[in-house]
Amino acid sequence: MDLIAILHMHAELSLTAVFILMFLLDLFLPTPQRHRLRPMACILLALQLLANLWPEEVIAFGGMYHSTPIASVLKSVLTVGTLLVFLQADTWLQREDTRYKQGEFYLLTLSTLLGMFFMISAGHFLLFFLGLELATVPMACLVTFDKYKGHSAEAGAKFILSALFSSGIFLYGISMIYGTTGTLYFDDIPSRLVGTPLQILALVFFFSGLAFKLSLVPFHLWTADTYQGAPTTVSAYLSVISKGAAAFALMAVLTKVFGPMAGQWSQMLCLVIVTTITIANLFAIRQNNLKRFMAFSSISQAGYILLAVLAGTPQGMASLVYYIIVYIAANLAVFGVINAIEQHTHGQIEREDYNGLYRTNPKLTMVMTLALFSLAGIPPFAGFFSKFFVFMAAFHSGYYLIVFIALVNTIISLYYYLLIVKAMFIQPNEQPIGHFRTTVPMRISLLVCVAGILVLGILSGVYQLLNDMSLL
Amino acid sequence: MNILSLFIIIPLLMLAGLWASRSVNQVRGVMVTGASLLLALSVYLTAHYIGLRQAGATEEMLFTASTVWYAPLHICYSTGVDGISVAMLLLSSIIVFTGTFASWKLQPMTKEYFLWFTLLSMGVFGFFVSTDLFTMFMFYEVALIPMYLLIGIWGSGRKEYAAMKLTLMLMGGSAFLLIGILGIFYGAGGETMNLLEIARRHIPFEMQRIFFPLIFLGFGVLGALFPFHMWSPDGHASAPTAVSMLHAGVLMKLGGYGCFRVAMYLMPEGAAVWGDVFLILTTISVVYGAFSAVVQTDLKYINAYSSVSHCGLVLFALLMMTRTSCTGAILQMLSHGLMTALFFALIGMIYGRTHTRDVRLMGGLMKIMPFLAVGYVIAGLANLGLPGLSGFIAEMTVFVGSFQNNDTFHRVCTLVATTSIVVTAVYILRVVGRILYGNVKNPEHLKLTDASWDERVAVICLIACVAGLGLAPFWMSDLIGHSVEPIISHLVK
Repeated sequence: MDLIAILHMHAELSLTAVFILMFLLDLFLPTPQRHRLRPMACILLALQLLANLWPEEVIAFGGMYHSTPIASVLKSVLTVGTLLVFLQADTWLQREDTRYKQGEFYLLTLSTLLGMFFMISAGHFLLFFLGLELATVPMACLVTFDKYKGHSAEAGAKFILSALFSSGIFLYGISMIYGTTGTLYFDDIPSRLVGTPLQILALVFFFSGLAFKLSLVPFHLWTADTYQGAPTTVSAYLSVISKGAAAFALMAVLTKVFGPMAGQWSQMLCLVIVTTITIANLFAIRQNNLKRFMAFSSISQAGYILLAVLAGTPQGMASLVYYIIVYIAANLAVFGVINAIEQHTHGQIEREDYNGLYRTNPKLTMVMTLALFSLAGIPPFAGFFSKFFVFMAAFHSGYYLIVFIALVNTIISLYYYLLIVKAMFIQPNEQPIGHFRTTVPMRISLLVCVAGILVLGILSGVYQLLNDMSLL
Repeated sequence: MNILSLFIIIPLLMLAGLWASRSVNQVRGVMVTGASLLLALSVYLTAHYIGLRQAGATEEMLFTASTVWYAPLHICYSTGVDGISVAMLLLSSIIVFTGTFASWKLQPMTKEYFLWFTLLSMGVFGFFVSTDLFTMFMFYEVALIPMYLLIGIWGSGRKEYAAMKLTLMLMGGSAFLLIGILGIFYGAGGETMNLLEIARRHIPFEMQRIFFPLIFLGFGVLGALFPFHMWSPDGHASAPTAVSMLHAGVLMKLGGYGCFRVAMYLMPEGAAVWGDVFLILTTISVVYGAFSAVVQTDLKYINAYSSVSHCGLVLFALLMMTRTSCTGAILQMLSHGLMTALFFALIGMIYGRTHTRDVRLMGGLMKIMPFLAVGYVIAGLANLGLPGLSGFIAEMTVFVGSFQNNDTFHRVCTLVATTSIVVTAVYILRVVGRILYGNVKNPEHLKLTDASWDERVAVICLIACVAGLGLAPFWMSDLIGHSVEPIISHLVK
């Protein structure tokens, strides 16, 4: 085996380097200097991003590791998202009860990110599974980060239990694949897939394992509780980064490995998409807690992302990654505002708390409104374009009815997004949340998100780039 | 640079100016400058367009330009106008101009109000100059969403309910539209989103049969097609004055324009299959709207139902598919846009003084506010189709054109629809008699004042346009008739 090949895995290697540096800093930085950890984490991650900006195709270890150009673009996107999450975490990590363990937050987050990188560029089911686990187990620790809060502990327990369960199912599915095809290399499997019942079962088990991560109906039951209980920053991370990585991995494996069984998985996907979007939307209407609300919103967004998977074409791949980028910008903006308000008011996250927010905090309200409009798919914000392209991709592949159902669902989603806009702009309130200025890191991250929401759609270059790459 | 892009750039600059302005006076300054520029631009465009046509320009659309936007998906930013869109642009800029004056004293949050108002008008202008399905749809949605906040924040009555209902129903319509647009795009080969290009290709009949009703319904919701008109009365009644003006005056015209330009132009065979079904629905709109207006007691509701009836007439005339009736439909859009804006402006001004819109609580206003009252009478007369004002020209053309169809079904529909003229006269004259003449019912009203200068600007402008269109309709109907021709020749009888 050629050990030099490991040097080709730039993204993973440099991220590991960041991880080790952070670990050393966390160990050896004297207590008075510990506040430097936060800027250091951001700077190191930014450097990692710059070093890996150029997308390229890497195959190492006989195809076990296979990173396509579009996968490396996605890695950069996820890194940017993580950077934004780090910026948003700043205020929270200064709190008395979290300050002493801020290093752990960065280490855990970076290791989940590393796991996702492996998952995205896996060329072998074992590496895929390794990445999946690396992305999941530290996540459970992150969810319980506020360990003295009952909610947070409950959230962590629910998360780890369902994650373990899904991993078990996933592993079982892999073993069936190995049993019927005799290999776990992505490149070798397709030619040996013939669609026997056992292989179909393997497909279903594999899909269920990832569906837990993507929180698709009916594997979504952990989502709302976990999002509510987890620290807001972690919920944000969970809802965008981990979801984006899982969606991409799902599409890559379904088209690449299970390509010969497209007939089977497209039926399954149709069913899952329709139930996911519809049920999540109906439940979202009833939520008053904004974090639970965003949990259901993100479930339904995952349903829209799956439309691109369903298309199963290069066009679908481009629109999937584009959707993830836009979704990261919009969702992180919403979570940023929720986070800022929660930190400022010590825990107000009910919808009623936001009544009359526009009068006291017009800028935050505008950010939130733009982000919600983008999530709802209103032009000229980027969300409109990403939704349109996803619909277009699925329509092109002939799924007229599914697109139609998804479109009808956008009306329901518009309703509940408007409920928040209504609370902020229209609902009168005697005692609205007082005026306050957000911290500098939070402001930077919100600015980046807003810029993304406004610019990503109007400038067609981003999609163009993704399209060129997914053709390769 | 293309002159049509100015219609999008000016509102964008206005948005930036509004964002930067610090006081109410600055806001007003930006608005008046921008709205006047738009008005001047559209007048110039109309003159230029007529000049080019007289000089012998024969293309279907003039001032065309196209920039590739999303190359992999064949999405372009393409603009172009024909007589119909020129007329619509002129109408929109008149309404935006007068709407600015009609909301001169609006409180609170003046700046935010005009921000959303300008965004809405940008959507409208963008829609009318676009010839690309994607940008057209995008601007259509840009025009819809500000309505929610405009009604929800600055409206009156059951504003939250009305705003939500309006937004969701119209967005529901746009869901139909989106799938229809994708259907057209892939039906025509998936190589271009340009309207003119698609019109030259043939969409398979099977596709037309599925996607024609989707597109027609999608736009029809905005054009108050029965039974999807329910958003309109509540929405108009709750909206602030200028928003009602813009909405009934321009936004509802997007529906008719879209039905004609997208649904019927691109899918003529679908129109032949589905035309009769929709004709029945629009006939119901026309008659039902008129009768509903009779029983209302709220001035805005009366006018809103009257809008349903008159906008129904637009779709009705389009579906009659003769050259005359389609010209009439466009004339009706213009005429209804102007007179309904005038109506809503006057109702808003009267309501601002009396603080009631209930017909039963008002009386003798002619003595107290003669200027507004006379304006109201003129708007009413235009509405019921008095010769010399715009309503007569439009309705006459519509009904004559409709009767040119010589089969029983179309003629019966025409006859049924003409009854609305009589009913319109009933509710208009009754309201005019009740609130303007007779004794003053509420002694408090005696203290009220007549229109201020900014209100007079809005009212006089609109009356001039209504009368102008009524007295000299020929240049307008020539302008339109020319452009209706290529679309009509597409339709199969």
